[in-house]
Amino acid sequence: MSRIKSAEIKIGLEVHCQLTNLMTKLFCSCSSDYRGKDPNTHICPICMGMPGTLPVLNEKALEDATMVAIALNSNISDRMLFFRKNYFYPDMPKNFQISQYDKAGGVPFSLGGYIQIDKEKIRIRRTQIEEDPGKLSYEGTIESSPSTLVDYNRAGIALIEIVTEPDIRSPKEARLFLEKLRSILEHLGVSDGSLEGAMRCDANISLKGGRRVEIKNISSFKEVERALNFEITRQKSFIERGIIVGQETRHWDEVRRITVSLRSKEEEQDYRYFPEPDLVPVTISKDYIQKVKVKMPELPDDRMRRFIEQYDLTLQNAEILTRNKEMADFFEECVELYKNSREISNWLIGELLPYVRDKNVEIEELKVTPKHLTDMLRFIDDGTISRKMAQSVFREILSTGKMPDSIIKEKGLKKILDKQYVVEMVEKVLKENPRAVEDALTDEKAINYLMGQLMKLTKGRIDPKVAGEIMRRRLSDLTKGIS
Amino acid sequence: MVDELVKRKKGLSKKEIEHIAWLARIELSKKEVNLFAHQLSDILTYFAKIDEADTEDVPPSYHVLDLINVLRKDEIKPSLEVTFQTVPQTKGRFVKAPRMT
Ligand SMILES: [Zn+2]
Repeated sequence: MSRIKSAEIKIGLEVHCQLTNLMTKLFCSCSSDYRGKDPNTHICPICMGMPGTLPVLNEKALEDATMVAIALNSNISDRMLFFRKNYFYPDMPKNFQISQYDKAGGVPFSLGGYIQIDKEKIRIRRTQIEEDPGKLSYEGTIESSPSTLVDYNRAGIALIEIVTEPDIRSPKEARLFLEKLRSILEHLGVSDGSLEGAMRCDANISLKGGRRVEIKNISSFKEVERALNFEITRQKSFIERGIIVGQETRHWDEVRRITVSLRSKEEEQDYRYFPEPDLVPVTISKDYIQKVKVKMPELPDDRMRRFIEQYDLTLQNAEILTRNKEMADFFEECVELYKNSREISNWLIGELLPYVRDKNVEIEELKVTPKHLTDMLRFIDDGTISRKMAQSVFREILSTGKMPDSIIKEKGLKKILDKQYVVEMVEKVLKENPRAVEDALTDEKAINYLMGQLMKLTKGRIDPKVAGEIMRRRLSDLTKGIS
Repeated sequence: MVDELVKRKKGLSKKEIEHIAWLARIELSKKEVNLFAHQLSDILTYFAKIDEADTEDVPPSYHVLDLINVLRKDEIKPSLEVTFQTVPQTKGRFVKAPRMT
């Protein structure tokens, strides 16, 4: 990775997000709550594409898309059409998907826009509204299965497609873009990224000296960085060996963590896009956009600025907290319970976030609540536990969900304030480490080792400041020949 | 594609027929390929006549109805079990379809 200059990498993303706040599908009144339901229980003649049925656009989907376009600084078209994208594949019972098109007189929902990542602007090319296909499964393996089994509960669920310009320069920046996009959509309340399959992504990537390669089937945002890293390594090794990277479509194999060439014979013209005759044009007035605008909730960037002002946070910390809506919500709930906002921010960013990343979980899946954290911070304030002990209490909260007071009681973690005990322990350490003591008498730095032994012996339950003073006094007594 | 064909005043090639058949996932015999090449070419050349009409100042129309903005409320109506019952081939609760290659 380090040998590749970021200027040589161009990444563009095509993101599909389900509008999960909708009760019904995009063009019919079937319930959109399909997760965990028996196959084909959320279908009707419209989403099954039966002859003589008419799709009708969900007005809430239009409002959602309008909010998304406004949040992405994208220009909403004053008039939009739906197009049929024709293909023969059983994931769509109609043999076409109702989508939008930017050619042949078609106008996507919105054009242009950007998302700000630090100092960079990642430009948006367009957004459009379309329907999700059904879900395919196979008996046994895909190769040996005699047939395709289809569940159409997902067919017709509303999606918003967001396409970026190839402005992204690294897999990490792609991840940051997607995190920010997710935060925006969750602040708007239109899409919940914690739901499986609610946010998916295709990526295209080209390295200097090679052609554009498209990676399909990246089923979650978390996989994108990994898929792109793999693809960069693969393409780079081709370029280094003088092999030309041809234009192709590849598929991300999540299990093997590699991209695989996908033989696709359908070219764009094969989809035979044409205006959907069953849906009438939709006009979007400035007045309508204005009405939606006033209803818009606070967006991550505004929330970040508010955090800096209201809670006295650094720009960097405010940015990290608002990158994830759950995290920002968690923070604000803590602030309600405990006034030192900087302390809360430090614990969330320093302890909670690394845990979430490491375990690859959603914040809402965690056992820790704002009350856990703020109770614990109070125990630090009143001297019951040290900061060091609090770290192990916090880890215990994360793994068990027990309240801090019971963890402190169970583990006997109470700080020991008894000075006589500290003196005894110092004596014990000095006696057990004669060589280190010798070193410490001549070298000030060697005292750190003795302190380490002392904290280990007392399981960190004593005050390091008090202990340090006692240790130093005893050592200086020894130099003076007092034993 | 129509524009292009009309312009070159030529029929569809066998290769194009085979490709169209593949897009529709249907198999054609050699005889059928020949037959459809002729029939579809006739249909397409017919479009050439429409193309002769002067449409210089006519704005393109994308919809035949004068209606706009037909929307519905986001309210659930019960799904119809009968929809599933009309499916010709099923396996358990799944719809059975050919395996795609
Ligand atoms: Zn339906």
